[in-house]
Formats: sequence, C-alpha cells, structure tokens
Amino acid sequence: MLAALATGSAGAGEIPPAEIPPSEIPPAERRSSFDGMSPDIQAMQRDADANPGLLWLQDGADLWSTAPAPDRPACAGCHGEAATAMRGVAARYPTWDEATAAPIDLQGRINACRRRHQGAEPYAYESRELLGLTAYVAAQSAGLPITTPADARLGSARSAGRALFTRRMGQLGLSCAACHDGNHGRRLGAALIPQGHPTGYPLYRLEWQGLGSVQRRLRNCMTGMRAEPFAYGAPEFVALERYLMDRAAPLPMETPAVRP
Amino acid sequence: MIGRPGWVWIGGLLLASAAVAGEGALRPVTIVGREIPEPLTTAPGDPERGRTLVVDRTRGLCLLCHAGPFPEERFPGNLGPDLSGVGDRLSPGALRLRLVDGRALNPDTIMPSYYRLQETVRIGAAWRDRPVLEAQAIEDIVAFLITLRDTPSERPVP
Repeated sequence: MLAALATGSAGAGEIPPAEIPPSEIPPAERRSSFDGMSPDIQAMQRDADANPGLLWLQDGADLWSTAPAPDRPACAGCHGEAATAMRGVAARYPTWDEATAAPIDLQGRINACRRRHQGAEPYAYESRELLGLTAYVAAQSAGLPITTPADARLGSARSAGRALFTRRMGQLGLSCAACHDGNHGRRLGAALIPQGHPTGYPLYRLEWQGLGSVQRRLRNCMTGMRAEPFAYGAPEFVALERYLMDRAAPLPMETPAVRP
Repeated sequence: MIGRPGWVWIGGLLLASAAVAGEGALRPVTIVGREIPEPLTTAPGDPERGRTLVVDRTRGLCLLCHAGPFPEERFPGNLGPDLSGVGDRLSPGALRLRLVDGRALNPDTIMPSYYRLQETVRIGAAWRDRPVLEAQAIEDIVAFLITLRDTPSERPVP
C-alpha cells in the first residue's frame, strides 16, 4: 500500500487504469448522514440564519476578495466571482496537481495557490483562515452531485485510499470498512454509524463547537480505533479522501454541513 | 489462522506463545476446540470488578457494541449480541476465547481481540505492546459474564 502511495505521489511508474474501486454500497443506496440526524440539527444546517458554519463562510468570502499584499492578487483577482469560478470545483476534489505530479485536496490547492501566485505563507491546517476559505470555495458546490474525475493519474491514490479504508489498524484492530461498509445504520454506543460520506466538509460539528476539516474527522476516528493518526496534510489522507469521494458519488455536496 | 505470527498448530491444539518479552508479554494461552478452558491467572476472576469493567466505556468498551442487563446504563450499541443470558449460552472457556481472540473463531468479526498483541498497523503510541485488557481483567469479566443467566442458575452464582 505504501509503495502504491509513493508511486502515486511521485507520479512515476506505471499508470493504473482509472477504474473506480468497487464499493460495498451501491450508488442508489448511498445516504448522507444528514438523513439520520434529528430534525432540529437538520433545520440548523438548512437555515442560513441558524447554520453556525456561515460565520466561517463570511471569513472565507472576505479572504477571497482581499489581496494578501499590495502587489499580489486576491483570489478574486485571478478567479473572479467564486459563485461562477468555483461552482462544482469541490465536488470533484481531490484532483491531480500538475506542478507536484501528485494528488491534491482542496485545502492543499488553496495553500499551493497562496505560495505560487500570492507569494504568501500557507495557512495552518484547521486555522480559521484555511477552514473559512475552503468552506467558501466548497459551498459554491452545495447541492451539486459529487463526481468522480476520470483521470488515470488518480488511480494509485484511489487504490491506496481503498486499501487504507479496508485495513485493520490500531490496538482494536478495526478498519473504516468494518463500521462504515458493514455496519452503517447500527449504533456504536449512542452514536448512529453513518455510511461515512464526506459530503459536507469543512463542516460544523456540535461536539467540536466549531468548523473542522475531513482530516480532523478522520483523525478522530483513528484515535478511537487506538491508531496513530496520520499527520495533517499526509498523502494518506488525500488518498483516503479521493476514495471516499468516489464512494460517495453522486450524493450532493452540503458544505457547510452541520453534524452532532 | 495458520501462519499468523505467534500462533502454532500442534496436535490439534492452537498454541499461542507470548513472543514479546518485557512488560507487554502475554501469558501462554491454549485453545482447545472452541474454548480456552484454563484461566489465564491463578487468582480467580472477581465478578464485581468484571461488571465494573464491562460497563466502563473507556476500558472494557463492551457497551459500545453490546446491550445487556444494565438498567442504569443508557444508550448501549447494537453491533454485537445482547449480553443478557450469555452465561446460559456460553461456557467460561468459550467466553474466555471470545474475549482473548474472537478472531480465532471468526477472522472477520468486528469484536476486538482483547488479549493478544495485534499484528495490525499504526497502533497508537499509548497502546503499543500491550493487550487491550490484562489477564486478570479478562478473568474478572468472564467471572461476571457467566452470572448473566436467563434461566435459574444450576450452579451457585459467585
């Protein structure tokens, strides 16, 4: 698995076919965990005045239109209106980054843009700035179906992501698939086990009292399995997210989602 | 099962040897048929301590997956069978094997193996080189679970 991931990161070696790895959940049976939430939390997500994620979205909108330095363009300086330029973008991420010849997620793309075009330092993972800008870009895809880009170069990330998803890890020897493929709909303690589709990230989690990325959520799950979480920005997380997005298509994007 | 590190088939018995030295070393465990007939410790299990472990969602973890006759405990999980009456259904040796390493019976079970050093990857730093529960805790839980009877007990409850 690690070898496959290294190959994918380096973009070297043979290019595997762009097949979507088979999922245990057929497309017609894929469900967002929104469906299993209580009506009050569903209402909180739907209602623009009640959704706490909107605070981060406002930050993101400000950052989108603010130049990082007088001689450097704002995001809007190159891309224009986010509502048109960013529509549908998050629904097909992670994608392929030509410059590094590696898969890249939306947060990574935003930070790469800052370095390459804005002469600015990358934002820290889980910072208010990176979450805000990522949520603002992702929210332009809200309601659009998640798509699976037919890019053969993503093949190794897809297979590495699937291998990570199905691999037992941690002291408890669990895997993502053990719960989210095999036992969704059941309860782990009080918690309803969802199918595990990343439809609404970054999302507001009541447990966090804040917005968080899909990587934060995956790290929480790994800690629960008594596994050593991957570091923020690790290629394993990008591979896992690519597989999870393939596995979630064609569910609609929900950013900024609200979850318990 | 064959070929799993640390486990050897000998004359129909599956012998697990504690291959790791030091604090994390596990006591030898002998599986006979579908049971571990011999207790892991010389001190007998304490059912009261066992109950405390079973309902502790950060140590025994049992209620994350199992319901049972624990009226004060709300919101158990339902990934595994209800523990009510499990003492009628399973012998102490069968319970012991399910706790120690249920994957010896069913390699695909979601039930963690509580008393073996996992060959899985990326074990968190705080959890490395030690089993989920120590041998005495396993015996305490076995001693408690055999008291969970739906039918009138044929033997005195400890």
